[in-house]
Amino acid sequence: MMWLLFIYFATVGLVAGVLTVALRNPVHCALALLTLLLHMAGLFVMLNAEFLAMVQIIVYAGAILILYLFVLMLMNLKTEEQHLHKKHSFLLFAGIGLLGELLILLLLSPFGGTIGTATTEVILNTGPSHAVGITMFSDYLLLFEIVGILLLGAVIGAIVLAKTPVNTDNQEPANSSTP
Amino acid sequence: MIPLSAYVALSAILFMTGLVGVLIRRNFIVVLMSVEIMLNAANINLVAFSHYLNSMAGQMSALFIIAVAAAEAALGLAIIIVIFRRKMATNVDQINILKW
Repeated sequence: MMWLLFIYFATVGLVAGVLTVALRNPVHCALALLTLLLHMAGLFVMLNAEFLAMVQIIVYAGAILILYLFVLMLMNLKTEEQHLHKKHSFLLFAGIGLLGELLILLLLSPFGGTIGTATTEVILNTGPSHAVGITMFSDYLLLFEIVGILLLGAVIGAIVLAKTPVNTDNQEPANSSTP
Repeated sequence: MIPLSAYVALSAILFMTGLVGVLIRRNFIVVLMSVEIMLNAANINLVAFSHYLNSMAGQMSALFIIAVAAAEAALGLAIIIVIFRRKMATNVDQINILKW
């Protein structure tokens, strides 16, 4: 049963990933990316990370992808004749060769490491969200705060970048003196 | 029980799909989407190792990766909106002078 689910999620995810890269219309690419993200959330549930699966659906599929779709609709792009680079076949073969080498290296190397204490039974006893929360606000508190500052910087940067540019020619100096 | 190597192989294939997408696509927004595929492949790897090694560290890293991906998407899209407003171009081979 687990194998069946894994094969389903992996196959559909991979096909959606290839479609994201290969489809011509950018909106179709975004929808294929949505399929990929949802199936990866399914894999996260299989790996005992229910909280992360929910975050994936809410943040990735709900927020980031909507942002992409909004920008695509703002730009109103037409589907182009040439959506790949001119030298794309060379890069494609280079990518496939790299993938082969990566797979051989990964599958031949031994996996292992320090076994922690958060076994499946412990996580299921306390609940996955509880386990994540306890870890995040004890061991990873500093990182959590740093991510908060990073997001604040990103918000400010996005606002400054996407602001409508002020026309500097007819800017009255009287504006600055008004209270 | 699914072996860890199945997840690692899946994430490697997805990562290379994203990398090929970054290399061969001309549209900047689709290049950003390919970067999201690569970040997702890294997430699968981290969560799989976190599950098989009984540790929460991988899930934490995956959460922070999602936060960084959100920031990256917002900034990348803001940059492409600015470029599109000035130049009407979203293809990466038309955006090659860094300043205009």
